[in-house]
Parts: sequence; C-alpha cells; structure tokens
Amino acid sequence: MKTLDEFVALFAEQLDETDPSTVTAQTKFRDLEEWSSLLALTLISMIDEEFDVTLKGDDVKNSETIEDVYNVVVSKK
Amino acid sequence: MAFLEIKNVRVVGMATAVPKNVAHNSDAKIGGNDVDKFIEQIGVSERRESMLLTAADLQVSAVERMLSDLQWEKDSVDAILSVSISPDYPLPVNACMLQDRLGLSRECYAQDISLGCSGWVYGLSVIATLLRDGNIKRGLLVTGDSKMHWGKGREALLFGHAACVTALEYEPGSEGFKFEFGTDGSNYDAIIMPKSGLRNLHYDDEMIKQFEDPFMQHSMEAEMKSLDVFSFSISRVPESISTLCDHFGVDFQTCDYLVLHQANKSINQHICNKMMVDSEKAPSSLERFGNTLSSSIPVTITTQLKGKVEDKKTNFICCGFGVGLSWASVAFSTEHLVLSDLVEVDDHYYDDLKWV
Repeated sequence: MKTLDEFVALFAEQLDETDPSTVTAQTKFRDLEEWSSLLALTLISMIDEEFDVTLKGDDVKNSETIEDVYNVVVSKK
Repeated sequence: MAFLEIKNVRVVGMATAVPKNVAHNSDAKIGGNDVDKFIEQIGVSERRESMLLTAADLQVSAVERMLSDLQWEKDSVDAILSVSISPDYPLPVNACMLQDRLGLSRECYAQDISLGCSGWVYGLSVIATLLRDGNIKRGLLVTGDSKMHWGKGREALLFGHAACVTALEYEPGSEGFKFEFGTDGSNYDAIIMPKSGLRNLHYDDEMIKQFEDPFMQHSMEAEMKSLDVFSFSISRVPESISTLCDHFGVDFQTCDYLVLHQANKSINQHICNKMMVDSEKAPSSLERFGNTLSSSIPVTITTQLKGKVEDKKTNFICCGFGVGLSWASVAFSTEHLVLSDLVEVDDHYYDDLKWV
C-alpha cells in the first residue's frame, strides 16, 4: 500500500493547472479552481489503477481534503 | 451468480438502422464552458438523431433489410423480441406492433424487454432459450432506442439513436452461448427517469409550461450520476467477463473480439487497459454513433467488423452494462455471419403511416 505522501503526489499528477508543489495532504481539492466532475472521473480512474479500489461518487463528494480521500481508499483496501 | 449455457442456437446475421440525420457534437450549443474537454472524454464526434423517427420505425427498417439479406420469408419468423427503454407507447409493447408492421405471422411469439445497455445480452439469453428445443426455429432480437429525453445537460451529447436486429436460428449441434448475469438494484437511481412512471406521475401547470417550451428542461427527462456509473462500469465489467471465463473454462486469449457496450470513451478505455486488451480487439462505434444503449454491441459489430468476420469462424465475448444497474456477459462464435449494410432512414420515410 502506498503512503499518504505518494498518494498526494499521484493526486497532484492528475492536475493540469495547479502547481504540484502547492498540493498537500490538507489541500481542499474541491476548492481548486480547475476541479470538475471530469477531474473526479480521472481521480476515480487513477485510484482504481493504482490501488485496485473503486470509489463511488459519494466517496469523493464527502471528502474535504486529499487525506480524506486517502483514508477512504485505505478503509476499502 | 447466474450462469446459463444454451446450445443448438446460432447467430445468423445482424443489421443496423439509424436516422439519416447526423448531429455533430462540435456544433453543440449546450454543456457549458469546458464542453470540448467533455466531448473528448466521451469520444463522440457525431451521433444519429431524429426528432421524428421512433424506436419502432428504426426497428422496422433494420428488420426489413435483414430479412431481405437472409432471404427469410416473413412467415418463417416464429418469435420477435424487442428491447427498448424508449418504446413508442407504454402500452402496447413494440414487439406486438412490429409483428403487424413487418407482416409477420399471427402465430408469432412477441414480447418486449425493458432494459438499457445490458439489454442486448439479456435479450439474447431469452431468444436463445426460446429456440433451443427447435419448436421455434427462427427468431429476431430487435433492439432500438430513439427520442429519449436527456435534457439540455451534457448527457444529450453522448446518446445516439439506432435500432439493430440480430437474427437467430435453431441449429442442432451448434455450440451456442455461455452467459453470466448480474444486477445491483441498490443503485437504481444511478440512471433514472424519476418523473416518467407511476410513482411520481403528475401533470401540473409547471409541467405543461415545460412541455410547451422546447428549450426548457422538463422533469420527465433522464438523469445520470456519472461518477457512480463510471465506478460501476470499471469494476463490474472486468469482473463479469473473468467470472464468465472462469466458470465455463473459456480462454480469454482465444476470443477474437471483445465487444463492450459503448458507454463512453473513458469508461471503455479504462476497462480495456485494465483487461490488457488492445484497441484492435475491442472495436468501438462511439465516435460516429455515440452510446446507442442496448443497440451498441450490434451497432459496433455491424459497422466496425463488416468484412472482417463473415467468412471465418469468429469467437466473440460481449458485455452489456448500465441502467438497473444491470450487466451481462456472453461468449459465442459465429460462422458465415451475414452483416447487412447500414440502413439510413430519412426523417419522413414513415410520414404516410397514420398513428394514434
């Protein structure tokens, strides 16, 4: 299982317009200017590939920070 | 887990009918600012769309071409099954009208199945079951959807209108079909038309206003929770196919074509990546026809594999998945398959017919 830091790095890779160095575990991803439902799909897709865990829409919607998403992934692993 | 094996039945041919009118997504006036990105992600450049032709109209056109190409007499068809979630009327079902419009025998078995994107595989299991004993010798599985209301949301850019017929016949000794089925009704609202059935039926003034304004979203339209549909598809589909192969001892590598329901490009690509299937083995009709619901598997076979499969034995694995949520996978082979040319139906082709 990847660490939280590795997860944050993978998360940052999915973003096009946000400087990766500004992305941390505490980043409220839904407040990012470029956040969209398309990015949510990309995120679910990345997590499915890297962690073999399939998040539902509500898992993303109910998470505030990137760490929250990581914790959902861990709980489903 | 529901498995089914049906022998002594084979697929003889397939035909597709679509409206002649092409809707180009690059001209779309809906979908918001980043609609270009959305169109790229769904992988649909153009769709066939008609404001006039119904599912039954397209179904009639597809079947007429198929019967003519197979040289099947109309009264030799013993069963017709229609799969649609946009039938012409809630009552009667399309299959009964098709019996008459096509001039089939009154001795014909006719029935509808109300399923979306998993519908072709489910329909195949029903019609093959009818044929397996040889009492009924020839059957037509006819999918078709048109004129669905997806509103002014982006979903409208995904769906295309089409109808397909799959002709089957009883053939003793034929290998037949191997199926795996599944259902998850807990996600019933992932794709739903909440106001179009009897639970929430109401005709208030607001609704009448909505109907009168063609540019207003009205409450009978279909809704989709795209994230949940995405999660469902990328997890269930690979699982269903590997369960099918494990149960029946089918070697996935011996399959010539994996024909998936054409959900959208990002879903289908993700599934193929996960299953390590390259794009040559997994044909797609999304770019030119969009998501055609229960017709998408036969649309893909007829439009993408014509000229590649007719003269040799071909092993198919197909998986349909969607509204329900419902999914089904099937493994079967074809030999001497007849694939008709695409039938393009003019909007006014059926104008002379009088309907209630």
